[in-house]
Amino acid sequence: MSLSAKDKAEVKKFWAKIEGKAGEIGAEALGRMLVAYPQTKTYFSHWGHDLNTQTPQVRKHGGIIMGGIAKAVKSIDDLTSGMSTLSELHAFKLRVDPANFKILAHNIILVMAMYFPADFTPEVHVSVDKFLQRVAWALSERYR
Amino acid sequence: DSWNKSTAGKMVEWTDFERATIQDIFSKMDYEVVGPAALSRCLVVYPWTQRYFGNFGNLYNAAAITANPMVANHGKVVLHGLDRAVKNMDNIKETYAELSVLHSEKLHVDPDNFKLLSDCLTIVVASQLGKDFTGEVQAAFQKFLAVVVSSLGRQYH
Repeated sequence: MSLSAKDKAEVKKFWAKIEGKAGEIGAEALGRMLVAYPQTKTYFSHWGHDLNTQTPQVRKHGGIIMGGIAKAVKSIDDLTSGMSTLSELHAFKLRVDPANFKILAHNIILVMAMYFPADFTPEVHVSVDKFLQRVAWALSERYR
Repeated sequence: DSWNKSTAGKMVEWTDFERATIQDIFSKMDYEVVGPAALSRCLVVYPWTQRYFGNFGNLYNAAAITANPMVANHGKVVLHGLDRAVKNMDNIKETYAELSVLHSEKLHVDPDNFKLLSDCLTIVVASQLGKDFTGEVQAAFQKFLAVVVSSLGRQYH
């Protein structure tokens, strides 16, 4: 399911709209993922057990994740190259099971819909969903 | 095979918070709006799900799908079907036994697709409730839908 020209346009247009709130969206998405999918807390045990959208480290890290997404938007024409350093990080240092990329993507999408209900139409949704899948693919490139 | 065997003999346990959350969300929900929104979003975001709606007329693009009266009507049917689980939370498996047979033997729906519709419903509800759709509320809502999806897949063989 490659990104069409329309997908890329929709993603860039939507990203420009939400860029100002990216950090907050990331914090919300990461925080609620840790609550709604508690198995994902295993990657953050060094922060404690009761993690949620208000935990300072979670909020900060949500911002960092969205920085990665911002980079992906800029590299949308060549995600494999654009995400190469981050892929190495996730593959060799963090070793996050790639199944979790899908879970986080669901939560990012959900929070986008929450914050921008009028703008996150089904058409924007499908392009963003495809985009995040491609980002996940590029992130897992170096795993094996 | 996990569709039939994984929940055999296990009762679902609901906390007070989960029960209250599910009753609260559905009592405030406009089924006539949310049903159509969720189904049409599913058909747009996961276009292969259109395979089950060959006789619904124009599904050519997102605008056509969203405006399609048969899609809207069927979205309402689905939500009213979900209502049965809301009213029988301790008995969802039995409540859906017939619907499970229907989806398997008559409609031939791939049960993986139930999860896709359930994700779209979650996203529509999140966009309606905004900040009230906290992480804890999301967890309860998704657990409820997971039980529904599992029950609908139970009679497949």
